[in-house]
Parts: sequence; structure tokens; C-alpha cells
Amino acid sequence: MPMELAFFIEVLVAGLLSGVMYSLVALGFVLIFKASGVFNFAQGAMVLFAALTFVRILEMGVNFWLAIAIALAVMIVLAIIIERVMLRPLVAQPVIILFMATIGLNYFLEGLAQGIWDSQVHGLDIGIPDVPWMSLLESTNILISLFDVWSAVICGVLVLFLAFFFQKGRIGRALRAVADDNQAAMSVGIPLQLIWAIVWATAGMVALVAGAIWGQRLGVQFSISLVALKALPVLILGGFNSIAGAIIGGLIIGASEKVAEVYLGPIIGGGIESWVAYFIAMLFLIARPQGLFGEKIIERV
Amino acid sequence: MLYRETGQFKTSYKKDMAIFPIRQDRWAVVAMLIFVVVVVPLIATEHVIAGYLIPLLIWSIAAIGLNILTGYTGQLSLGHGAFMAVGAYAAYNLASRIPELPIILVFLLAGLIAAIFGVLVGSPSLRIKGFYLAVATLAAQFFVEWVFATFSWFVGGAASMVIDTPKMAVFGYQITSTLDNYYLILGFVVVGTLFAKNLVRSEIGRAWMAIRDMDVAAEVIGIQPLYTKLSAFAVSSFYGGVAGALYAFCYVKSVDFTAFDLFVSLKVLFMIIIGGMGSILGCFLGATFIVALPIILNELMHLFSGQIPSAMLSNIEHMIFGGLIIFFLIVEPHGLARLWMTAKEKLRLWPFPH
Repeated sequence: MPMELAFFIEVLVAGLLSGVMYSLVALGFVLIFKASGVFNFAQGAMVLFAALTFVRILEMGVNFWLAIAIALAVMIVLAIIIERVMLRPLVAQPVIILFMATIGLNYFLEGLAQGIWDSQVHGLDIGIPDVPWMSLLESTNILISLFDVWSAVICGVLVLFLAFFFQKGRIGRALRAVADDNQAAMSVGIPLQLIWAIVWATAGMVALVAGAIWGQRLGVQFSISLVALKALPVLILGGFNSIAGAIIGGLIIGASEKVAEVYLGPIIGGGIESWVAYFIAMLFLIARPQGLFGEKIIERV
Repeated sequence: MLYRETGQFKTSYKKDMAIFPIRQDRWAVVAMLIFVVVVVPLIATEHVIAGYLIPLLIWSIAAIGLNILTGYTGQLSLGHGAFMAVGAYAAYNLASRIPELPIILVFLLAGLIAAIFGVLVGSPSLRIKGFYLAVATLAAQFFVEWVFATFSWFVGGAASMVIDTPKMAVFGYQITSTLDNYYLILGFVVVGTLFAKNLVRSEIGRAWMAIRDMDVAAEVIGIQPLYTKLSAFAVSSFYGGVAGALYAFCYVKSVDFTAFDLFVSLKVLFMIIIGGMGSILGCFLGATFIVALPIILNELMHLFSGQIPSAMLSNIEHMIFGGLIIFFLIVEPHGLARLWMTAKEKLRLWPFPH
């Protein structure tokens, strides 16, 4: 394979894989938006909170799987508290009020996470080596980190699980009903509060997975919560209420961002990754205002 | 007993259209003006004016801008910091490259440049709506930060990206002291508030509100959505641009893109939500709340500064800030302006409610 092409493929694949990591964060947004119509700005803080909890429990010498279970339990308790204290009194308020409340929650969780634990950088090792995939490197001359491949696999499993969770069983049906229409779901006897708590707990679980994977990449620290901003273009590209959209959107954004950074970056000055994803997403949006997989916007007067 | 419009008859159309139809309101406004122009400089220390009042007034202008876009027209924007940054940099470049320009004209031109930028940012709003638009305005935020961080042309080729603003003079009078700055900003606030107050009750303001309440329905009754939305973006970013220029020239006295990051956009959004969306008075109340809250928290925290480490204090401050925001939204989702309205209704009947 010629060097040029190999390099391009390398950039493309690296982009696709990092896109998967964006979709991990975007998934958390989608889950909550689908079920409650709330754009949860605090998702980034939830990632930080989950990752910090997890890493600090690990540092206490707790077994890896036990630590995951404890962190998961903490996220579930957090979800129940959020539902009780914040969401329940705000039922039937305009969405912008709920959105602002999640920004408040964002501040609160950032303070809480760093207050209970601390604000130092914690190295996190979840047992996946961040080394090149040697056999691929030898056969095709393409350099890809094994870590990226593994996180893509984990993300895939998570998506399959969520898709299954949403499709099957009583809870899955209830979730879809609530996503369709809050009030209609309530009138047929679906406990809205319970469903919201479940959704927030699931988003907490996704945040934990995202936090663990990003945590090994970047170290667990405050900046991990900014990853959420990276996930926003993924979100509008894929559509706010589509799990598949979060994945496809992540792939498109990740790949085009990396390609743009490598080929376009040197021409117009570096550091373009902070906004180029937003631009790509906006170009898609002008053609399809509800995102690639979002529900068609039907307006009635 | 005191606040009652009994006996105040509107006998002409002109009286019917007055901004403040109730006499007590007019007195209150005049009293407030006298207070901020005459009394405040007499009693407030320089530290209070420079540290609290000047930012309060500047944030009020910025909040009026965002309230026109989000509160009156219903277009959620997370890019207000970008408009402020464009205003600040435009003002710096105009003032340093063309020193002959009068400073007030510089600020107005900076507002105009920000308005042009705002129209560009707002142009997708015809197709993209709601949270999709909000995220799209984030693109503007990050793009502007990147532009000012990357191209040194905007700071005259200086190596450091933070640069001092040139001296200002109004009609030959050098603006040097804190009080001069205070009066300059106050002038902008008074004119800007009056303009905004009138704008939102005019034809264009009513069109904005119609678009906010339901844009399809507004289109059906003959309101042009493109013109209406873009004019809201233009006016909103004009206010943002002027506020940004004032912030750079009169408050921090330097131009620095990091002063207009995403958290500034969120801060202004907080102001209008807490103050009250779709209310000019709410902009001032919200700005006061958001400017005062960290100061009060800080003072309170100082009481404990001996016992608790400072990193912990800042975390607790974060938590209280976030918690108060949530608390406020739960207790009064329509903001402080609504509280004031309720109080006014009560006052009309006081002390003999039925």
C-alpha cells in the first residue's frame, strides 16, 4: 500500500474510532432527551462525577469489578435524587427552564465531584493497553491504537444493550411510550417518575463507561467534563432523539474532524478542532433541520 | 395605598401610549435616575463603583441584548459571548487604527459590526430551530474564540494576545477616573434601555413576540419570519457588541478573548432566566443577582476561610451557585420580574385586599 493512502486510511480510521468515543458521550444526552425532552447540559459533569467516583474507589484498593458496581450504584442514587429534587417540581415547565436547571446541575455536580473527591489528575488504568495494533501495522502499514479498537467494541456492546433495553420488555415499552408522548403515557398508567429515574440512571451508566474510557485517555480531571462539548455536534448531526443517530453522527464527525485537522489545519492555522465539528454539523443541519435520524418536525398551528 | 392608579385618567392617545402609564412608576424611574447619577457617586467608594456597579451596568446591557433574542423572539442562543467579543475587538481595532474617531461613534460602530456578525450567525435560524439552533450558535462561540486566538492581526500583530485599550476622550474630555467611566456606561445604559423598552412595544417588537409564541402562525398572519428573526439577531448582537466594547474599554481596560468564553454566554443566559424572560426590568434584576451572588458567597466563605482549605471553598461556592439556580427555577420559573409584578398587584389593593 502506498504511504499516502496508508496515511489517509490511518487518519480516517483514527477519526472513526475517536468518533465512537464522542458517540459514547452523545448517547447519554440522547437517552435523556428521548424520554423527557430535556437537553441535559450536565452530562459532562456526570461523566466527570462518575469517572472521579470510579477512580477514587479503585485507588482505595477495591477490586475492579466491585468498584464498577459501587460507582454504578452511586450513579443510580444520584439519578433518583435528581429526579426527586429537580425534575419532579419542574414537571410541565417550558423546556428552556429545564435546560437552565441542568446548567445549574452542571455547576453543582462539578463542585460536588471535586469537593467529595479532589481536583487532582488521577491516572486511570482500566486494563486496556494503549499500544499500536502490531499485526495490522505489519500487514498493512497502518498504525492504529488497540485502545481505540477496544473502546469501539465496548461502545458497540453498550449500544446493542441499550437498543435491546429500549425494544424489549415492560420497561422498554414504557420507555418508548414516554418518549413518544409524556402525557399520553401517564394517562395509560405508566409511572413517569420511575421512568425518568431509570433513564437518568441509564445515562449515568453511560457516563460511567464514557468516563472510564476517556479517563484512561486524558487522565481523570476537570477537563474530562468538557468532552461533552465535543459531543454536541454529534448530537445535532445525528438528531437529538436517535440512538443510531448518535453513533452514525459520531462516526461522521470523528472522521471528518480528523481529516480536516490533518489536511486543512496546516493551511488555515492550527487548533481548528474546537469548531470544525460544529461547522460540519451545521452544513448537515441546513439540509436536514432535525438531524440525520431525528424525528420529522411536524408543525401544527 | 401609595401605589394605586385611581384618579389617573388617560384622556389622550399620547397618554395611553406612555412608556410608564402610572404616575408612581414615572416617579420611581426619575428617583432611580437621580439616585444613580447624583447619590451613588457621593456615597459609593471607588472600589464599589469599579468592582460592582460598572460590571453590573455592562452586564445589564448584554442581558438586554440576549433578552431581545431569547426572551422576546424565542431564539435560544449560547453565543452571546461571541457577539461581545466581536464588539470588543471591533472597538479596539477602530479606536487604535483610526484614532480620529470619537469614542462614542467607535462603540456604536463596534455594535454595528457585531450586528452584521449576528445576522450571519442567525441566518440558519429560518431552518434550524430550538436546541439545534442553540448548538449552532455554539459554533459561533468557538469559531470566534479560535479566530481571536489564532490571528494576531486583530490585536495589531502584538505577540501577547492580551492588549491594553487606548485612551478615551468624549468631546475633548479625557476619560480617566472611575467616575468618568461610570458616567459613560450609565449614558449607554439609559439610552439603550429607553430604546429597547420602546422597540419591544413597537411593530417590530410585536412581530418578535408573535414569532416567539408560534412562528408558523405568525407567518400566516403576514409577519415575515426571515426579516423578523434576523432583525432580532441584529439588535441583540448590537447590544452584545456595545456591552463587549464597554467591558473591554471601561471595565478591564484590555482586550482579551478569554474574557468572552462559553461561560460568559451561559452567565448572560442565567441573568435573563433569573431576571425574567421578555422583560427589560428583568435584565437589570437578573444582572444584579448574578453579579451579586458570587460576591456575597465569597464574603460568606471568607468567614470560614480559616477552617476550610481554599480549593474546598471554591467547590462549595460552585455547589451553592448551582443549587441556588435550581432552587430559583423551581420556586419562580418566570424570574424576578414576575415576583415584582405580583408584588405590584398586591400593592394596588394594600392595605385593604378583598
